[in-house]
Amino acid sequence: MYNVKVFVTYKESILDPQGEAVRGAVHRMGFDEIEDIRIGKYFEIKVSSQEGRDIEETIETICDKLLANVVMETYRYEIEKVKETV
Amino acid sequence: MRFAVIQFPGSNCDVDLLHAIKDGAGEEATYVSHTEKSLEGFDGVLLPGGFSYGDYLRSGAISRFSNIMSEVQRFADEGKPVFGTCNGFQILVEAGLLPGALQRNRNLHFICKTMELKVENSETKFTSLYESGEQLTIPIAHGEGSYYCDPETLQELKDHNQIVFSYASENPNGSIENIAGIVNKAGNVLGMMPHPERAIEELLGSEDGLRFFKSMVQNFSKETASV
Repeated sequence: MYNVKVFVTYKESILDPQGEAVRGAVHRMGFDEIEDIRIGKYFEIKVSSQEGRDIEETIETICDKLLANVVMETYRYEIEKVKETV
Repeated sequence: MRFAVIQFPGSNCDVDLLHAIKDGAGEEATYVSHTEKSLEGFDGVLLPGGFSYGDYLRSGAISRFSNIMSEVQRFADEGKPVFGTCNGFQILVEAGLLPGALQRNRNLHFICKTMELKVENSETKFTSLYESGEQLTIPIAHGEGSYYCDPETLQELKDHNQIVFSYASENPNGSIENIAGIVNKAGNVLGMMPHPERAIEELLGSEDGLRFFKSMVQNFSKETASV
């Protein structure tokens, strides 16, 4: 059993208008030192062990085809092996 | 010709689209559920606007895995007309049938207003009844319509005259090069954020969208007849 965490963020070159709006609010809170905020997406995925299937390959396929739009987004992931829960 | 108007959960411009192709262009059309696996017997497919799957994840990202999409892909490959407006455009880019992506509007607003569009390419099968450079009055209604693609893709779009519509007077959403609608290289898959189906009679403020559907029918029906 694995716990997988996937982080999807906009590519550096892509404007993030939501992040900019949040940064504006943070500045209005008085924290002028906050230089940049970019918003991304976070996924928690549970994966059971699958004979003959490479988990990294599976996660990357899911990310490339669904979780991220690779035209404008990029992703990274962390895989943690955990004990089977009964 | 016989058109399929696909209904996804959350589509809300399906009725307008059916009305436009049926009563505006005078062709046959029926609703087809996203769960269907076949478009047998149809000559063209239309993807309506709306908020399929609540725009979860990204607009169009979930819908592109609907059963019917493999048939939409087949139509695209076979040169049959595939048209997506608004959410339909978003689904087409997510499915990779058109290049680029649609981002959140630059000012974060959901914008619902009548826009002036410029016909950038009147030599497509969807726009042959327009004049090149003609200005059209057609409404938009979207929150994620800011067209984006990388510089190489943009150059390719330009090289192959794939930019079909642009915003003429103001750019409502921050799209690159004021892009409002594009066509694929083969010329049979067109996506646009504006809603031509909402502009097919003067009663509703404009009939500039009608010639879009008439062009599509006129040009593609020749092919259907000759096959």
